Amino acid sequence: MAVYAYLVAGYLILVGCYGIIRSRHLVHAVVCLSVAQAGTYVLLMAVGYQAGGASAPVFGSTTEPNKHVVDPVVQAMALTDIVVSATVTALLLALAIQINKRQGTVDPDELAALKG
Amino acid sequence: MTRLARLIIFLLAGGVVAVAFVLATLDLPHFGSDHHPYRDLSVPAAVQHHTANVVSAVNFDQRAIDTFGEESILIASVVGAVALLRPSREETERRVPDLGRALESTRLIGYVLLPITLVLGIDVVAHGGTTPGGGFQGGVVLATGLHLLYVVGSYPALGRLRPLVPFEIADSAGAAGFAVIGLIGLGSTGAFLGNFLPFGQLGQILSTGTVQVLSGVVGVEVVGGMVVLLSSFFEQEIAVRPEDG
Repeated sequence: MAVYAYLVAGYLILVGCYGIIRSRHLVHAVVCLSVAQAGTYVLLMAVGYQAGGASAPVFGSTTEPNKHVVDPVVQAMALTDIVVSATVTALLLALAIQINKRQGTVDPDELAALKG
Repeated sequence: MTRLARLIIFLLAGGVVAVAFVLATLDLPHFGSDHHPYRDLSVPAAVQHHTANVVSAVNFDQRAIDTFGEESILIASVVGAVALLRPSREETERRVPDLGRALESTRLIGYVLLPITLVLGIDVVAHGGTTPGGGFQGGVVLATGLHLLYVVGSYPALGRLRPLVPFEIADSAGAAGFAVIGLIGLGSTGAFLGNFLPFGQLGQILSTGTVQVLSGVVGVEVVGGMVVLLSSFFEQEIAVRPEDG
């Protein structure tokens, strides 16, 4: 199952999008977006993984610097991803609170402003 | 658009994405293979700058300009959320009565864990260049640790012990500090965010050059941003009431 981890990532992204499409509550939609973003973390970690006991890319007195480690670049990108995801989630939740105040509903289908 | 139409469009588009994704993954290097060209470049670059934590070296040295963009996103969304959550003209901020209903055992655990969490957070920030951690992670530990006060005590207690203005200043000072360190790097090494400090000895706390310093300023910014962000959600939920309510 060499591509199994990648498929989990793709599944998370698609299932998160499906949740947003079927959402009847804005907070639910924001949580679904977080699920979709979790798929990107899984993808990044899967890309960086190396089998055969590769250790974390952190060296010290007990671990001499060596190249038998998992990819630090994708780990740094996942960290960036998580920080941006957290702040964007906060911003979207603030928007949901504001929409609830102005429109009196958080059902995306009932929001007049979004009707095409 | 009806829900059914939206679902049909999603199933069509999602199906195409799923097929394209599966085809793409079949061509990727196999899961767990030892083909990591970026690692092979970034590990020697980190060791050359005596940075034991290669993830921090990537974040604050090799790709520091990306982190600069990232922390700009952080401060922009904090500002945006605070602007969205401020009480509107029809609302009033009421004084919250000090209820203090936490269980004795909860309070005990909270007061024991509060200093431990804060020390842990400072440790994670301070050793960002040498052990797993860094400014982002430690900043979040510190900011959430402060909110143990809310769990064990009450909202007014949190308000008394957590004046907001210093945290607002910390948020912007952290972001500005990152830019200033970048400009000093530009002046002394010719590259924005260039690593201009002595690298020290691998694994020591005073090593890694600017990695540790940038990790610290990011920690300050994250603490400020998180506290300000959480406080505006708290205000909205606890203290703000509509005029007629």
